[in-house]
Amino acid sequence: MDPIKIEGTPKTPTVHFDAESGVLEIKGRSIPENAVEFYKPLVDWIGAYGDSAKPDTTVNIQLEYFNTSSSKCILDVFKKLESVNGKTNININWHYEEDDEDMLEAGEDYQAIINIPFKMIEMEEM
Amino acid sequence: MCVYPFRYICEKQSPSLFVESQVIKQFTEELDEANVLVNFHGEVHENRISEILGDVESKLESTEEDFKKQRKVYNILVETLQNLYHHTDTLANADGKKVVTLILGKQEDEYAILAANYIDLDNIPPLKAKLDKINSLDKDGLRAYYKEVLDNGQYSVHGGGGLGMIDIARKSGNKLDYHFSEVSDTFGLYVLKLKV
Repeated sequence: MDPIKIEGTPKTPTVHFDAESGVLEIKGRSIPENAVEFYKPLVDWIGAYGDSAKPDTTVNIQLEYFNTSSSKCILDVFKKLESVNGKTNININWHYEEDDEDMLEAGEDYQAIINIPFKMIEMEEM
Repeated sequence: MCVYPFRYICEKQSPSLFVESQVIKQFTEELDEANVLVNFHGEVHENRISEILGDVESKLESTEEDFKKQRKVYNILVETLQNLYHHTDTLANADGKKVVTLILGKQEDEYAILAANYIDLDNIPPLKAKLDKINSLDKDGLRAYYKEVLDNGQYSVHGGGGLGMIDIARKSGNKLDYHFSEVSDTFGLYVLKLKV
């Protein structure tokens, strides 16, 4: 299965989904005016990944900031992961910058909705 | 005289209706001119949003020492601008252009933001109901409301699905100060003031 490699821009995050290693990463900023366009291929990829997934999958989310247009799309990514959890054992690492309460709360909000283990990881600098 | 930083916009557009707004006038007068970081009036589109945000980010980096505050103000402005972009109703004679006003000023440790756009009079009651609901909630109530809307399965064309104003209220930590006024039989002006 081909990996997804997307370079970050001032408005969209860096994405690296690798089926070989079972590591899925989204890093940077996500503030596009229309996030649906950006996230749909990621959700589709996860659906396909479920059929040939590694026993363990690590998801690293390291967002500096995301807009509300991205909020529901990120939830869609997590819901898709939830749907393939079982075919592979998924762990989500939610990174946030030291003292960034808004970002910590955002991670906790997803954690409350999604039935996959979340680990909150505080970082000194992103 | 053109008082806006984006001068080329002033030459092409008449800011008349916005300038006549007492709310905007008063807001501008209360700000010390030296502390106005952004004073934009004109058409918004994706590139213009990027330009304004780039400008705001570099200004905040050079004037605001508190990194967390820098990020909070920036985040709220992203949301406010994109909200303006997605929800401005165009006037019949504006050739489909979305004309808005955005002002960011600093008063001591506090940032003041004003956003104004045209709105179809029919769209005022549902928006007002939503703003009143947001203002009736405390911090925990807002968080619960955000989660409820996040997971309601409803999407708008741009994906936001009604989270914008809730997010702005959560991040600003203050009540939303809004004003509606009638411009014509069908259109009104919606002005939102925020403190961060």
